[in-house]
Amino acid sequence: MYAFAYQRPTTVRQVQSALGKHDDAKLLAGGQTLLPTMKQRLASPSAVIDLGHVAGLSAIEKKGRNIVIGAMVRHADVATSDLVREAIPALAALAGGIGDPAVRNRGTIGGSVANNDPSADYPAALLALGATIVTNKRKIAADDFFQGMFTTALDDGEIITKVSFPVPAKAAYVKFPNPASRYAMVGVFVSKKGSDVKVAVTGASNEGVFRAAGLEAALKAKFNAKAVEGVAVDGSNFISDIHGTADYRANLVNVMTKRAVTKALGK
Amino acid sequence: MSATGIGAPVRRKEDFRFITGKGQYTDDINRPGQTHAAFLRSPHAHATIKKLDISQAQQAEGVIAVLTGDDLAKDGIGGLICGWMIHSKDGSPMKAGSHPALAQGKVRYVGDHIAVVIAETLSQARDAVEKIHVDYELLKPVIDMAHATDSGSPVIHDVSPNNQVYDWHLGDKGATESAFAKAKHVTRLDIVNNRLIPNAMEPRAAIGDYDSGQDAFTLYTTSQNPHVARLVLSAFIGIAPEHKLRVIAPDVGGGFGSKIFIYAEETVCVWAAKKVGRPVKWTGDRTEAFLADAHGRDHITHAEMAMDDKGHILGLRVKTKANLGAYLSTFSSCVPTYLYAPLLSGQYNIPAIYVEVEGLYTNTAPVDAYRGAGRPEATFVIERMVEVAAREMGQDPAAFRRRNFIKSFPHQTPVIMAYDTGNYGASMDLALEMADYKNFGKRKRDSAKKGMLRGIGFSAYIEACGIAPSAAVGSLGAGVGLWESAEVRVNPVGTVEVLTGSHSHGQGHETTFAQLVSDRLGISIDQVAIVHGDTDKVQFGMGTYGSRSGAVGMSAISKALDKVVAKAKKVAAYALEASEGDIEFKDGRFSVAGTDRSLAFGEVALQAYIAHKFSGQELEPGLKEGAFYDPTNFTFPSGVHICELEIDPDTGVTRIDRWTAVDDFGNIINPMIVEGQVHGGIAQGVGQALLEGAHYDANGQLVTASYMDYCMPRADDLPSFDIGMTTTPCTTNPLGIKGCGEAGAIAAPPAVINAITDALGHEQIAMPASPQAVWRAAQKSLHKLAAE
Repeated sequence: MYAFAYQRPTTVRQVQSALGKHDDAKLLAGGQTLLPTMKQRLASPSAVIDLGHVAGLSAIEKKGRNIVIGAMVRHADVATSDLVREAIPALAALAGGIGDPAVRNRGTIGGSVANNDPSADYPAALLALGATIVTNKRKIAADDFFQGMFTTALDDGEIITKVSFPVPAKAAYVKFPNPASRYAMVGVFVSKKGSDVKVAVTGASNEGVFRAAGLEAALKAKFNAKAVEGVAVDGSNFISDIHGTADYRANLVNVMTKRAVTKALGK
Repeated sequence: MSATGIGAPVRRKEDFRFITGKGQYTDDINRPGQTHAAFLRSPHAHATIKKLDISQAQQAEGVIAVLTGDDLAKDGIGGLICGWMIHSKDGSPMKAGSHPALAQGKVRYVGDHIAVVIAETLSQARDAVEKIHVDYELLKPVIDMAHATDSGSPVIHDVSPNNQVYDWHLGDKGATESAFAKAKHVTRLDIVNNRLIPNAMEPRAAIGDYDSGQDAFTLYTTSQNPHVARLVLSAFIGIAPEHKLRVIAPDVGGGFGSKIFIYAEETVCVWAAKKVGRPVKWTGDRTEAFLADAHGRDHITHAEMAMDDKGHILGLRVKTKANLGAYLSTFSSCVPTYLYAPLLSGQYNIPAIYVEVEGLYTNTAPVDAYRGAGRPEATFVIERMVEVAAREMGQDPAAFRRRNFIKSFPHQTPVIMAYDTGNYGASMDLALEMADYKNFGKRKRDSAKKGMLRGIGFSAYIEACGIAPSAAVGSLGAGVGLWESAEVRVNPVGTVEVLTGSHSHGQGHETTFAQLVSDRLGISIDQVAIVHGDTDKVQFGMGTYGSRSGAVGMSAISKALDKVVAKAKKVAAYALEASEGDIEFKDGRFSVAGTDRSLAFGEVALQAYIAHKFSGQELEPGLKEGAFYDPTNFTFPSGVHICELEIDPDTGVTRIDRWTAVDDFGNIINPMIVEGQVHGGIAQGVGQALLEGAHYDANGQLVTASYMDYCMPRADDLPSFDIGMTTTPCTTNPLGIKGCGEAGAIAAPPAVINAITDALGHEQIAMPASPQAVWRAAQKSLHKLAAE
């Protein structure tokens, strides 16, 4: 790890001003990506601004028909929240399946969403549930937020404060873990609300998390696993590595979608 | 059986300190004035060093010294050695390229050592490493061993212009050809044994310390064999004579072979300690472990097996290419030769065998012994061959094996080994019963109803342990003898210290060795201390590997205990005023036959030390005996493992449903520890079969250099194991022990692969049989079925 300045502000405004003072500052939320990268000397921010003591970022609330989760809420807290488990059990289950207990007790939803790792679980939930990302400056729809591997709509100095999830009628997340890292090699989040069906896929594409239009169309016509049978998944821009080539991942998208639909239907 | 004697499932004495965090590993040790070392490693697989500029690094904050290969050469420090000479078919000696601890003009794999920075803190050392500037001239690397000897291949070592270390053979070529000429059926198979990275829980570490007053060195290091390390560092590398070099291997967190070898890092740390006049510490991080610990396995084999019309094996022909990496590691040369080919007869009566092995250099990390070392590779070949042969001939794989089992002992194979004893049919019977083989068909149909593919696979393995008779290995090229030593020191009130040349790094010797003493002397294991891992305490020893600590290490202790008891009987005779011939020793008491006069072991020990009842002219005071034990043969543990698994054809995920392991380890000291060894071994074998595989890209970059990509087995990858035992005591050592440390890792891979191929109706799938690979094979298999 290289030397860096460390700051611990207590308000979002102070965070913003700290970001302005350093050329290459990084926000520290749960640190589950940033700290290992720094330890391996692959990242060398000039300053680390710790969000751990910023007020107002750690609540889980029900607001109208939405579940609103503060950016600093840990995965373990989402997984065990009565509110989330009742309203969107698929989201609680997703959070409970991220990493291991150590990761879940440090990692945060805001950190995961801002990092937009192509294998992260949360981005699939945000896209498939039609969530809204709330920042210190504006509100961004999930469809506009994720812009490719490790890339988001966030501007310099923009800080995620919360994420708002509309409550779906049915939803489920099923992932196929990479055998080594156990990150999602393919993760599929399926949701249904009225006649709308959304299918978001993480882990598979070189462009990061995405919505699978063909699968959505098939499921809008009929929301069951059989509807997905034979629906082609375009793997032309999928990741190919030693664990899975693009065509294998494309197959997994189809299979995980079927399983997610079955799960969403409570079967 | 006493509560803590032989055969008792005693809980491990050492675990209290390990699970309460009181273990003392090398990195837990800190010496006064200690400095920290960080190595500059090659980022390239193959390059010449045009210029090495250390000036900026020398000026960096906290830096005490920056040392290079030139400094080693100036001090006359020799290169690392390979201690087993292999001769090629034509009689020429193997071509061992030089292996400097720090590069001299050339680097040969990613991770190769170029320079070391020694600084006040580890951070400063690492910062300064980044300030060393190297001009490389890149050379084309040799990565794929299948093409290592192609004409026009880059030359890795000048001593071997075609990158071949040796072209070796074993067996009778003519007899094997005759066997094939008579064959009614020949099975042919191409087999790859995947390259593995050991991944002990504790990374390697070293602290070099130099006492200028005594002109003596101390090296604390993660070693499975501290005396061998001292011998190599003294006699071959030239650090200091043996009496001026103490090697301490304290608690060591797993070895699996990777800590047998003498590496660059400990060599540099101990040498540099004198240069900088302060202790020098290096603790490898996980990335360094991936890059530069010796890897394992990595064979490409073509095998052919000849059968008569009934399915009796007539002959076996095997041709193997073995990747030895960029340099010859300490014992690398013997692993694919003498630890491999002599095991190719398996449990079978095979009249003729001929094996050819080509050892090859590539621009990859050195490859050396890894749990099983040669024997897993041999077992994988023979157990795949018999499985495929049985299937091709339309025979039940269990029945085919049984038909060919060796049934009378001793049995001389055509490839050196003389098996002393065994009962392979008994293991097969028990395994089939435990695995409920007769109802497998029903379970397969039940799986099919759920859309799952179920398969069953056998592995009837044998291995050679208790390494090894010194004269025999000497005649085969070993540079050392492979006996073991022990010393039993009885204290005046009857407590006992046993000094052993074996080394425990997870095997539980502090418990099992104490059980032997408890059994023999009739005292509790709490009264016994096992001392190991320090060349200043234990006189000499060959260390722990090759499942030798029980068969060889404990046999040495047993021999020393015999001498202790004999001496104690003399003491007891004086103390009880009886003739020595009338003294009986039983359950910890010396008694005079036919009387009620007796003394406890502790009382006799006291008599030995106070020496009041005999004169020093009649009998030497004290009670301490030592022994060296050299085995007369290898030991031959064997067994049958049966793996039953279910494949999800949609994803290729393989779930092991049942695992039956029936092993014959001879006599067992502690069944709980033996079961633990079997569990760990199977886990590693399943890891090789399903999950693990080192992968270099075409440029020689290690793609699997972290746990993000190198897949270790986890608890949820494994079923609960059903473990059974059969026993034919080893006939060639006093305890009847065969050894159990490697059996699981040897048995497991073919059992898994045979089960997968059974489920898929396919003959071949490469290891690791990852979900992706299995999915592809399953798709092919389903298409084939659909077409039929």
